[in-house]
Amino acid sequence: MTLPLATVLGADWQTLADAVGLGGIYALMAVGIGLVFGVLRLVNFAYGQLVMAGAYALAFAYEQGWPVWGGILLCFGVVVLLSVAMDWLVFRPLRAHSPAVMLVATFAVAFLLQSIALLWFGPLGKIAASLSSLNQPWVISGVDIRKISIVSTAVAAGGLVALVALLGRTNVGLHMRAAALDFRTARLLGVRANRVIGSAVLISGLLAATVAVMLTVQTPLVTPDFALRDTILVLAGVVLGGMNRLVSATLGGFAIGFASGFLGGALPTDQSQYLPSFLFAAVILVLLIRPAGLFARTGQQAVERV
Amino acid sequence: MRRVLAVAELLAPALLVVAVALVGTVVSTSTETYVVTTLVNVAIVVALYVFIGNSGVLSFGHVSFVAVGAWAAGILSMPVAEKPAIMPNLAGFLRDTTVGNVPSLAIAAGVGAAYAVLVGLPLMRLSGLAAGIATFGVLEITHNVLRYWEKIGPGLNTFSAVPETTGLLQAAVGALIAVAAAFLYQRSRYGRMLRATREDAAAARAVGVSVYGQRLVAFALSGALAGLAGGLYVHLLPLNTESLYLDLTFITLAMLVIGGATSLWGAVVGAVAVSAVDSFLAEAENGVHVPGGTLDLPAGTRIVVVGALMALVLILRPSGLTGGREIPLPRAAMRGLLTKFAR
Repeated sequence: MTLPLATVLGADWQTLADAVGLGGIYALMAVGIGLVFGVLRLVNFAYGQLVMAGAYALAFAYEQGWPVWGGILLCFGVVVLLSVAMDWLVFRPLRAHSPAVMLVATFAVAFLLQSIALLWFGPLGKIAASLSSLNQPWVISGVDIRKISIVSTAVAAGGLVALVALLGRTNVGLHMRAAALDFRTARLLGVRANRVIGSAVLISGLLAATVAVMLTVQTPLVTPDFALRDTILVLAGVVLGGMNRLVSATLGGFAIGFASGFLGGALPTDQSQYLPSFLFAAVILVLLIRPAGLFARTGQQAVERV
Repeated sequence: MRRVLAVAELLAPALLVVAVALVGTVVSTSTETYVVTTLVNVAIVVALYVFIGNSGVLSFGHVSFVAVGAWAAGILSMPVAEKPAIMPNLAGFLRDTTVGNVPSLAIAAGVGAAYAVLVGLPLMRLSGLAAGIATFGVLEITHNVLRYWEKIGPGLNTFSAVPETTGLLQAAVGALIAVAAAFLYQRSRYGRMLRATREDAAAARAVGVSVYGQRLVAFALSGALAGLAGGLYVHLLPLNTESLYLDLTFITLAMLVIGGATSLWGAVVGAVAVSAVDSFLAEAENGVHVPGGTLDLPAGTRIVVVGALMALVLILRPSGLTGGREIPLPRAAMRGLLTKFAR
């Protein structure tokens, strides 16, 4: 029963690389959820279903024998369209309601989309394997590491850098940060609500599509509950890190992805099966002790939008 | 006047439950199962209502109380001879004990309440989003532990060999107990104090109401009712951990929201209406005869329809079908009743 931590840290670079890769993917999802939360105070439970839709798009393209870029293009198109539709049909009418009502509504949307996928594609699942060559290992100074671990780490890092640039250097980014800080005052100062929310939803859709591409490489079998578990974990991570700032939400997402990837790979099954319990117990503990999140600045409480 | 309203507040949901049960006596055996399920759903949704409706705090965790109730009742009422086949790793006391049907239901309610108190002690300090996420965490933990801990249950196996004693009568009595408990609670001092915290937490605090304490009381009561419902449920169908997880959480929350979360009448109406739609669609997924042909819907239609209904109700009528009010009496009937009582 002794933890093989030393051996893992010393020798099993693959587990470590996988964990970093998964952490990167979860960090991207955390940004997608955190961005929308920032401007709408809405926890999007249906985020995973956006990823699922993207994965089905990739599976469709693979089935039809489309080239890889065609599949990725279709994936981005489908996911972005769906997220904009979600904003129009659900988020907009509900914007004035309490965060709890909106959470229940996105819960409903999540189930709706999942059952539509079940109706449409059946429970058995489809294969999206056009990028499966990324599962081959690269040999780096004598150590085998799967390409996807490196690619997803790189893509996540690139995505985050691009996002920081967007938020820090552009007008829209400035508006989004202002809206996240205090929506009402931002509107009074001339920030256009619909535009800010629209761009946040758009970016979070782009991130979901990216995540869909990465996740299908790791799990080529696309079923209606694709990415459901990941979303639940990322939500927990986002709360763990602190929802109010993007940086802390992202760190939380990375941390939970890294932890679940690392512990899931390193622990024997009879211990790792209780991993979700420990992660969620940690989330509850953090909510009780530091309601604003682990990485949040102290003294900042959530300002519920009126 | 007040007394008339109070009587209607109890009678209307209770009569609806009785009416549903009466429908069950005249239909075929296969349809009867749907009716019994509807009655169990009423009990679960009323349990949800006792906490969510009166406190205004969201909980995704109540299905965990249903689950522990089902586990307790299922394990304890399974015949000792059957246990090793389904639950080979069961702890000693649970392995050698079998109780009757009614005691098992009482134990289910007790276990549900105890678990709710245990969970509520730390969690009732939270509200809003934090409460939603934390109770969701409780659901995840409970599901995870029940799924793999084989000392306290069947783990990944299905609860077969539990005596299937939940018929129309028991389910109806269970639902009526839940309705009566919810009614008594909401008319009591505690229920009123909790609703005051829902309307304005600061004002309620200012007049000396403990928000934390009142929420905990309601949480414990609703945990007991949910546990009871879980006991009824395990005596109705062979359950496993997957049948007491996200789907049930979603459908029962949908029932509460569609009916109207802030009234007992709304909870019961929502449970009955959505269960009716859901049972019809479930039947239609296997093909039913309707006037003008056969209706054969593909599997999964149920959740699509219920999900769409829930989203629509949230957008168009956020306070639910009943508007979140108790039963509105027609004026003429009220006047008649009033004159009667005046004499």
